Amino acid sequence: MNGIHDMGGMHGFGPVEREKNEPVFHHDWEGRAFAIRVATPVPIPGGSRHNIESMDPLHYLQSSYYEKWLHARVKGLIDSGVLTLDELQAREALYRERPDAPMPRREEPERVQKVLADLRAHRSPRRDVNARPQYDVGDPVRALNPHPPGHTRLPRYIRGRRGVVVRFYGFQDVQDAQPPGVAVEPQAVYAVRFLASELWGDDAQANSTVCIDMWESYLEPLEEQGE
Amino acid sequence: MSSDHVGNRAGSDAELVLRTQALESLLVEKGLITTDVIDAVVRTYEQDVGPLNGAKVVARAWVDAAYRQRLLTDGTAAVVELGFSGAQGADIVVLENTPSVHNVVVCTLCSCYPWPVLGLPPTWYKSYAYRSRVVREPRTVLGEFGLELPETIEVRVWDSNSDIRYMVLPERPAGTEHLSEQDLIPLVTRDAMIGTAVVHSQV
Repeated sequence: MNGIHDMGGMHGFGPVEREKNEPVFHHDWEGRAFAIRVATPVPIPGGSRHNIESMDPLHYLQSSYYEKWLHARVKGLIDSGVLTLDELQAREALYRERPDAPMPRREEPERVQKVLADLRAHRSPRRDVNARPQYDVGDPVRALNPHPPGHTRLPRYIRGRRGVVVRFYGFQDVQDAQPPGVAVEPQAVYAVRFLASELWGDDAQANSTVCIDMWESYLEPLEEQGE
Repeated sequence: MSSDHVGNRAGSDAELVLRTQALESLLVEKGLITTDVIDAVVRTYEQDVGPLNGAKVVARAWVDAAYRQRLLTDGTAAVVELGFSGAQGADIVVLENTPSVHNVVVCTLCSCYPWPVLGLPPTWYKSYAYRSRVVREPRTVLGEFGLELPETIEVRVWDSNSDIRYMVLPERPAGTEHLSEQDLIPLVTRDAMIGTAVVHSQV
């Protein structure tokens, strides 16, 4: 979707501000929201990223990173039927009125070991597929120019631009939203290199390029024209 | 009420604390998560999984040419050799800086980052300024980090939009030939492995 999250190339956000000796989490709630997101074994309908990308643009811009995660997780847990908004708001009211009300506690050391092992586990995104990639490293290609309303990994600033395949990353699952009931086979994924002048015209900075990962269906072949 | 009413404006700190507290209490009651799991995950990413891991990878690559080759050929397997793997690092590709190419990593669509080797990303990496600007004006952004690169060096920006996670292998600085692997590790900064800095011979 052409959402506010698709920020590559935008103007207006000012300088990159850095914090010296930044803590991993700035508030306790951030760490706990992070842990809930990575360790709650509930599939989220539509995916957490879609829930973030479909936030109201103003809400998106005004929210911190972990606030977006929290929002997406709450929405996902409600959509999956694990909890209701009424339940959540009632519980918020309880802790608002009685900040000292005890938190329920549950401890299961075996589950801790399992979660930590899962977080360390290696799950390659590369799929064994009986197919050949359409492009070779060195092939000139052009990114297509779709504007799908659902999730896509093809950002606006790349669409329609010409580049060259520089790496092949095997076959991977397609992450773009599909119509209900449509299953898509894994596709070849490549890193494609674009010259800055192709992306930004006369405003490109000297001797710079962008490499970005492209699923095969994002690309069309291009006749060699020289760069 | 449906999830469409979860909220459409940013919460105050107090509201975020309350919402997280309410969410944790409900999930614990329902048995979907446990208090000690939350504590352990927070502790892991605060204490164990951070840029020191990546620094060890870089230092090894600087002193061991065969390891360096394995790292550039199959980054995932090479970092597993040093004990690092897991979430947001299932397919790690290591980008080698050279005298003619300087690599820098971003995720313009969200904030993808190689957790097993660098930990969780700093706020600036997730900022709208960095995400929007580094693909369009990388030299200006690097300049704000204090890194001025001559135009003879290609600045190659990697927009991390798939499940591949990128880490930069910085150049070993001159004047460190006498240093051991252990002595090299503290020289390697997080920013140098993102590509917004280079490594200097002194911390």
